[in-house]
Amino acid sequence: MGSEQVKTSRESRIELFKMLGIGAVASVIGIIAGLAIDWFPIQASEEAKQIDSLWDLLLGVSVPVFVLVQAIVLYCVWKFRVRPGEEDKDGPPIHGDTKIEMIWTAIPAIILLVLCVYAYLVLEDIEGAKADTMDVRVVGEQFTWTFYYPGEDGKEIASKELYLPVNRSISFDVQTKDVLHDFWVPAFRMKIDAVPGTTQHVRATPTREGTYPVVCAELCGLGHAVMRQNARVVSGAAFETWLKEQPGKTNPGATAGNQGSAGQPAGLSGKELFTSVQPTCSSCHTLADAGSNSSTGPNLDDALEGKSEEYIRQGILEPDQQIAAGFSAGIMPPNYDETLKPEEVDALVKYLAKVTK
Amino acid sequence: MAAKLRAPGLLRAGVLTLVGIAFAAILDLTVRAATNAEPLVNGEAITLVALLAAPFFFLGGLGAFDEWLYWASGKPSRPEDHSGHGATSWKDYFRVNTDHKVIGVQYVVTSFFFMLVGGLLAMLVRAELAAPGAQFVDPNTYNGLFSVHASLMIFLFIIPVFAGMANYVLPLMIGAPDMAFPRLNALSFWMLPIAGVMMTLSFFAPGGSFATGWTAYAPLSTEVPMGQMFFTIGVQFAGASSIATALNFLVTIITMRAPGMSFWRMPLLVWANFATSLLVVIATPFVAASQLFVLLDYALGFNFFNVERGGDVLMYQHVFWFYSHPAVYIMMLPGFGIISEVLAVKSRKPIFGYRMMAFSLLAIVLLGFTVWAHHMFVSGMQPWIRVPMMITTAIIAVPTGIKIFSWLATIWRGVLHLDTPMLWSLGFITMFVLGGISGVMLAIIPIDIHVSDTYFVVAHIHYVLYGGSVFTIFAGIYYWFPKMTGRMFDERLGKVHFWMTFVSFNLTFAPMHLIGVQGMPRRVADYTEQFAGWNMFISLASFLLGLSTLVFVYNVVASWRGGTRAEANPWRAMTLEWQVSSPPPIFNFDAVPTVVGGPYEYGVPGAVHGVFRPAGQPDPHAKEPAGASARADAAGATHHGGTET
Repeated sequence: MGSEQVKTSRESRIELFKMLGIGAVASVIGIIAGLAIDWFPIQASEEAKQIDSLWDLLLGVSVPVFVLVQAIVLYCVWKFRVRPGEEDKDGPPIHGDTKIEMIWTAIPAIILLVLCVYAYLVLEDIEGAKADTMDVRVVGEQFTWTFYYPGEDGKEIASKELYLPVNRSISFDVQTKDVLHDFWVPAFRMKIDAVPGTTQHVRATPTREGTYPVVCAELCGLGHAVMRQNARVVSGAAFETWLKEQPGKTNPGATAGNQGSAGQPAGLSGKELFTSVQPTCSSCHTLADAGSNSSTGPNLDDALEGKSEEYIRQGILEPDQQIAAGFSAGIMPPNYDETLKPEEVDALVKYLAKVTK
Repeated sequence: MAAKLRAPGLLRAGVLTLVGIAFAAILDLTVRAATNAEPLVNGEAITLVALLAAPFFFLGGLGAFDEWLYWASGKPSRPEDHSGHGATSWKDYFRVNTDHKVIGVQYVVTSFFFMLVGGLLAMLVRAELAAPGAQFVDPNTYNGLFSVHASLMIFLFIIPVFAGMANYVLPLMIGAPDMAFPRLNALSFWMLPIAGVMMTLSFFAPGGSFATGWTAYAPLSTEVPMGQMFFTIGVQFAGASSIATALNFLVTIITMRAPGMSFWRMPLLVWANFATSLLVVIATPFVAASQLFVLLDYALGFNFFNVERGGDVLMYQHVFWFYSHPAVYIMMLPGFGIISEVLAVKSRKPIFGYRMMAFSLLAIVLLGFTVWAHHMFVSGMQPWIRVPMMITTAIIAVPTGIKIFSWLATIWRGVLHLDTPMLWSLGFITMFVLGGISGVMLAIIPIDIHVSDTYFVVAHIHYVLYGGSVFTIFAGIYYWFPKMTGRMFDERLGKVHFWMTFVSFNLTFAPMHLIGVQGMPRRVADYTEQFAGWNMFISLASFLLGLSTLVFVYNVVASWRGGTRAEANPWRAMTLEWQVSSPPPIFNFDAVPTVVGGPYEYGVPGAVHGVFRPAGQPDPHAKEPAGASARADAAGATHHGGTET
């Protein structure tokens, strides 16, 4: 009885080593395949480099774990499946082995803790304060982002496009005028929620010139999917030039973060209404006369060209009645008939009819 | 007719539901008239009150409160004579029945009904996503489709189907004649279709269904059309059902075990449901609270989440996830129990490390309450909280790993019967490991900052909840199908179902990892051109996945109607439910079983788990050195020395 057991345990050990050998080869193949996959979008920030290499490390740890489990399952299926004549046979009554159980408790725990420590170091690195940081205020609203740059005399310069100088650390101060949004530039790998009533911070150092998408990553309502804009990373000199070219208008919404839709000033002109009614028309529509250039909704210079006042009025009050090609119903707020006074609607209609003639 | 109307049942329930709606309307009009509210008749307000009130009238009409009302009104209450036990025709499944086996079937069938509804919604989601731009639904409908899909799958399928299976087999496994509180059990079940119908009907609400995801983040959820309230109130009923069932399981497990069934002789499915019930009882009130806050903000102008009036938006997320992370384990631990049952029986070996298997369940319960904020790494909460949450999240992989390795050691050197339940169990191990690995990746803060709210997360939760939970559900359904229906299923179709699902599941969800990391956010009806190819591929694969479910439905329906009769114990299992006929007698056991050993003593010569004889008589099966094994059993020793020394 004893010698038989020695034999089975030796056989069992040989089986185990054979399996480990196959597993090691499969792991190496798996890791190479995993690293060969082009996982990430383009790498355009300091932080992206570190996050991407952390990912590679995780792949290197994960693949062998996955392969180990699969190898054991497949080996068991191949080797221990029931053979003809064994239908009523039982396996050996092994109830456990404290030593093995301790090993497979301790080793994963150690690996996971080491990963956590390393991840913490990376986190400290990517989030730590850097010298020569520029602040950009990012304000989300349904369904657009506006970016504010510090201008002269403490006045802010607003832009619908995120212009950034290359190789300079940027601190984004993220706010929202309504519900939760999430400011995410996939090429930078960094994101943070915009939380009502607070200013959230996230850092990134762009390292590569180019144009990258800015995406809202937190479900914020009907237009969530189209809440996309562009980040343009340019040379330091080009950035300065761009900033100087921006109209030095003081930002009407500098305090809008906490303002909400209440308190719209009365007696505004059609053009003023276009940029001040909440949510603003200009945040979604391009209109040359008002200087807006967003593409969330139809370009009004084209869509309203030569249209009647009645058509424009219906477009504001019942936006889903006529949908421009390439856009979906249900994105434009349907409640302007409630938030606007009748005379304000009149002013807007007259203004839009005039400038799109 | 009048007698029919007076008798508890669906007819009375229907009439009383209408009475409930009328009651809601009158109550609402009275209050509005008394407070001079403008306008007097507000359809939304009436609907809202009706959503809260009508379900109670419905339950009353069904007869769920009859006994309690008799008692409360001083009439002689009728002691339960068990005349309602058992089901002789399909109609018996449409009334309040206190038999745990009937309730178990009610639960499982209802859950699968809503699984098919939720699956259909997923098919519509994938059809919309097959190409960029708008295909055939507007953004509001799209947001509604994925929100209702997730809510039904979580609250009406995975959680209750586990409760249903346990309802059926758990009392049998511990040698009890029924659950501890049969009437509460019936009430728990009947709250479920209320929640499901409410969530499904939300599509007909003015402004469309709830469309803020199953997470219903405030303040968005307090500002959208009233379809949101169908979720907010539906969750209250689903949650109450869950809590009542969990209490019932806990009391049943603690007080109704057969003689000799010590905690260390309980099958692991019982352990798993014990652990799950602890989670439910502690955590589920939190989700009820989070939705109650939304209800009060929406309907009565409270300011829980209105920052201008001192509200706190992040508070919603903390309260919500304090339930909804443990909910992941509520949806997983019962599956762990099922896998332990199937693997031991189908490998013909004892579970490796039984005690560690039980302890690791309890460890997951405890750790499960310490990780919730890993859903909030980019939410803007205090940054330092992220680090301890990352560590606990990584550490919770250790007890989960113990389970995986113990299962592998269980099948190692066994005699593997690779039939349908076993295929699903092995499929579960391979898929769940992937879900676990992506889970650890998500715990690593710098990675999570990039991939949170992307398709990587969608891939992860489907590997955990589909490749994990749903695979265990199929394993369990096939495993206990003969016991529940008295019929055998079609083995060939079962295998077709497994392989079709296994392949199309991976084709559907594996590419989502990639497009998520590449930058596709979740919950969008429209996406950029760069993801078009993969999305078309995923949509096609998902339709195949949808079809695979029809194979299952056909197999189950056809086998239930005309499958070959099942023996009492077709799998040669040791646990008690297999020692009685299939389906079991109305009162489960004709003689009270006495438990004399562990539940998985396969390969131990002469070992039995339970015997049907009065306690105290000598065990006729004991051939071995009886004293030694009895002592070992009494001490609950799982590490038998026998073959190792």
